[in-house]
Amino acid sequence: MTLFASFKRLLPLLAAMALLAFPASAQQPSSVNPTASSVKEKQLLDALKPGSDETVAGRISIQDRRAGNLIQPAGREFRAFHEVTVPLVGKIAILGTLVILALFYLLRGRIMIEAGPSNRRILRFGNFDRFVHWTTATSFLVLGLSGLNLVFGKSLVLPIVGHEAFASLTQLGKFVHNYVSFAFAFGIILMFLTWVKDNFPNALDVRWALQGGGIIGSKHPPADRFNGGQKLIFWATVLGGIALSVSGYIMMFRPLEVAVSGFQLATVVHGLTGLIMFAIIIGHIYIGTIGMEGAFDAMGRGDVDLNWAKEHHGIWVDKVALKNPEEISGGRSPVPAE
Amino acid sequence: MARMKFLCDADRCIECNACVTACKNENDVPWGINRRRVVTINDGKPGERSVSMACMHCTDAPCAAVCPVDCFYTTEDAVVLHSKELCIGCGYCFYACPFGAPQYPKTANFGSRGKMDKCTFCAGGPEADNTKEEYAMYGSNRLAEGKLPLCAEMCSTKALLAGDGEIIAQIYKERVSKRGYGSGAWGWKTAYKEEIAT
Repeated sequence: MTLFASFKRLLPLLAAMALLAFPASAQQPSSVNPTASSVKEKQLLDALKPGSDETVAGRISIQDRRAGNLIQPAGREFRAFHEVTVPLVGKIAILGTLVILALFYLLRGRIMIEAGPSNRRILRFGNFDRFVHWTTATSFLVLGLSGLNLVFGKSLVLPIVGHEAFASLTQLGKFVHNYVSFAFAFGIILMFLTWVKDNFPNALDVRWALQGGGIIGSKHPPADRFNGGQKLIFWATVLGGIALSVSGYIMMFRPLEVAVSGFQLATVVHGLTGLIMFAIIIGHIYIGTIGMEGAFDAMGRGDVDLNWAKEHHGIWVDKVALKNPEEISGGRSPVPAE
Repeated sequence: MARMKFLCDADRCIECNACVTACKNENDVPWGINRRRVVTINDGKPGERSVSMACMHCTDAPCAAVCPVDCFYTTEDAVVLHSKELCIGCGYCFYACPFGAPQYPKTANFGSRGKMDKCTFCAGGPEADNTKEEYAMYGSNRLAEGKLPLCAEMCSTKALLAGDGEIIAQIYKERVSKRGYGSGAWGWKTAYKEEIAT
């Protein structure tokens, strides 16, 4: 038997085997592509709305659920905000306020008591009022300076004192910021409760605003215990203080319910509110000290010159004279005996 | 010098979490902190993928940009490290990090943040290489010993690659062309602003 003959005899067998093999290979292709159905990073990233706080997230077997965030591109917006927007807003607000105050001082000078000081004084803020004011004021200044250090220290203080000293200073600042915040929050609550009754806006405030608060012109618009500007300071302090406290305690206590985007928002709110409040308070300090004769006495010693009070808070003086005349002291100058 | 990178081949990762465990053990990572973690996307659905993620040692790292005390530095190998001597535990780097890498032990007042801890690419910190002080603060410094990060070294499926970015990208590309598929280098676009075509 030749080789060819034996091959011929095997042919039907080979054909049968081929027939059996073909349907099987059609069902199971030699190469599988599991990525055809798999999730792909690009699709997931593209699915995130631009500018939103969405993240590429999944299931995680460790307890910290936040660790399930795989990629959160929103960090980029936070970086831009933190490194560009906040310092810019801070510079404009604080330097802008200083420039306006300097110009105002040069043009208008110190606002004097027009009638000159009298010998009579009227009680303006009692001990409790002043305790509330200075608790809030000193804690705000400490918080403001340690907060400003976090924004501007890196570019202003660090190059002068070096990394080690600056880090120690800022670490101390962080502890002080955390602790003193409680005094500030407490002061804000007391301040709201103490003065809210005198700070509801009314028609007098509209008149006050239309006359430019007496700052631009020379006329003094009549005012009750607080004028329109003081009411604005009050509400800015109370509302700003609440915003600062809430956002600050979210960052300090890190409740589990808050996602990373929530912390980013808290930092945004905290930074912008703090800087704008700092600028407002600079204006408040100016008008309460060098900007106006007799104004500091109100929070310094508690009583003010009666002429000052009549010029700035005439309606309030009339009410006090009617209801509590004992709060007005002095009067006739003592007559020397003989 | 090499530009060190991580690359997780999600088509190989079996979510065994051995990289997480190896990292914790090698670096004596503080309680409650995971420098590396495995996240499963579309868990239980067809086409689910697991990705092992840690600090990606970004180009132009956002953590370093937002740090108020400038405690970050980049080594010659492009590894992003930080000094725990300088860190004040403010939390900004965690807000800015796209990968959730920075974490904080609750050791400061009111249980607030202590010094930040994150993946060091097994390269220690600013202290002298392989000293007790360096180990206590940052963990192992395998790079100084000529070794690569342990998470990738002991990965059973070699899904996690660590090393010179160009070399691991080449390995990944060869895999993709040989097996015919690949779901991409997760995180590279965000961390390095580049992608590996698959």
